[in-house]
Amino acid sequence: MTLQSSAAALLEVDGVTLQYKTEAHLVTATYRVSFKVQSGDRFVLLGPSGCGKSTLLKAVGGYLTPTEGSIRLQGRTVDRPGPDRMMVFQEFDQLLPWKTIADNVAFPLLASGKYGRREAREKALEYIAKVNLSRFAEAYPHTLSGGMKQRVAIARGMAMEPAILLMDEPFAALDALTRRKMQDELLQLWDDTHFTVLFVTHSIPEAIRIGNRILLLSPHPGQVKAELNSLDRDNTDPQTHQALEDKINGILFADRVEEELEVHHG
Amino acid sequence: MANVTHMSRVRLHAETAPEAPSRPEYYSEPVADESFGVVEKPLSRWERLTRIGALRKLFLLVLLALIWEGYARWLDNPLIFPTFLATMGALFDGIVSGGLLQMSWTSLRVLLVGYGVGILLASLLTVLAITTRIGTDILETMTAMFNPLPAIALLPLALIWFGLGEASLVFVLVHSVLWAVALNTHSGFLSVSPTLKMVGRNYGLRGLRYVFAILIPAAFASILSGLKIGWAFAWRTLIAAELVFGVSSGSGGLGWFIYQNKNMLEIPSVFAGLFMVILIGLLVENVVFSTLERVTVRRWGMQNS
Repeated sequence: MTLQSSAAALLEVDGVTLQYKTEAHLVTATYRVSFKVQSGDRFVLLGPSGCGKSTLLKAVGGYLTPTEGSIRLQGRTVDRPGPDRMMVFQEFDQLLPWKTIADNVAFPLLASGKYGRREAREKALEYIAKVNLSRFAEAYPHTLSGGMKQRVAIARGMAMEPAILLMDEPFAALDALTRRKMQDELLQLWDDTHFTVLFVTHSIPEAIRIGNRILLLSPHPGQVKAELNSLDRDNTDPQTHQALEDKINGILFADRVEEELEVHHG
Repeated sequence: MANVTHMSRVRLHAETAPEAPSRPEYYSEPVADESFGVVEKPLSRWERLTRIGALRKLFLLVLLALIWEGYARWLDNPLIFPTFLATMGALFDGIVSGGLLQMSWTSLRVLLVGYGVGILLASLLTVLAITTRIGTDILETMTAMFNPLPAIALLPLALIWFGLGEASLVFVLVHSVLWAVALNTHSGFLSVSPTLKMVGRNYGLRGLRYVFAILIPAAFASILSGLKIGWAFAWRTLIAAELVFGVSSGSGGLGWFIYQNKNMLEIPSVFAGLFMVILIGLLVENVVFSTLERVTVRRWGMQNS
């Protein structure tokens, strides 16, 4: 019975507790977090800073091993990083500076042995065109702006056609105008290929715009507070958007109000 | 005056500060491209010439040669300080008849062997150091022990172990190259951005493929500076070693040339030998290493010129 239900979900995170050690402390980043991502989902992990959402994403990426619980992708336990879960990082320095844009996108295709040299290049150029950077295919990353670098990183992730694309606040370091544009572009790309994406953000409006399903996490350590459906893409009514934002705000920050009340009573 | 200070004190209070005046909004259309004065303009010839580093350095060299010539003429004592022109003459004679080029090549050949072996050992040590913790400990301890030890101090020992000849030279050369290169490469690997490391592992790269595809290019700026330092150390060590025992090693190299001419009081030739040492050093630095820099780290934007 459980086997069947796990076969249906693409990614299954089951009771995952994540801990890491700093110099002096053992820190619990998330506590028994469970969720399931279906194929074609735009699944958003949302929470205030310190809720372990990035740590959770890194665990799905295979960089961390859960101390408790399991992470399964297509039924197989995740135990190391791999090209079936391409990551898009927040940092602008994620492109290899010694490779041109085209080579950067083609490299994982070659390194994983998925394609030969010529097909890899064709594939790379195709995805670079999708993010409107064909003019820069032969340029080196240091000549590009931050937003363009992030678009290359997205093209690189998508060109691999991974089972799931992991995005760790990819637009957080961008200015507000570029950020808005990139969100639209990401959605257009999704309309094209309906890839599955697991997206981490701390911005509530971004979560509502990008996601079709939103997991809300509480801070210190991260625990699931709710899993919500986002609004329809064609719903542009500002009032329903505001209502959902308020609702999420209420769920995420309910504790804080209670804490303050307790202080008052005390 | 008192009135002014009083006014500014009043301004600090928000309630009493006057409101900013209301201004009309306005709109304007961007001007068409053609009507701009200058968008892009070629630099003047002088500006372009002074931007060429080689030209600036050449100017500096000419200046130094002029100072040299002037001072030597003023001193007028070729036994202590021959003129620049006399040195050039001796250099020319040495190249044409004295086999200076042959001797330089003898030195360079030994140098390249020692340099190559040193780099090879350094890469083995650093790969070991980044893959295992004990390897890191080995590298750190060994570099701490041997890096401060002058290679030339090992020469007497090398002579006992390997006898007079190339093998001893190569041994001290390896010692002078190994630690500098290993230390720089290792610190370069350690400073590779965590994001790039994660990207590499995300591609499923592991082991040696990971080292070659990610770590080495990412740390190339440090590796290159290690190679430069290693080269300089090796060159110095070699000339010093040849000065000490070049006599016995077959054909003899540049150090031997200098030593021999000193014995015969051919001071311009001594200067010519030293000049050759400098010339080769300049050539390697400005041609080999700067080309390597230009096609790698500069081009990748990992080092600013």
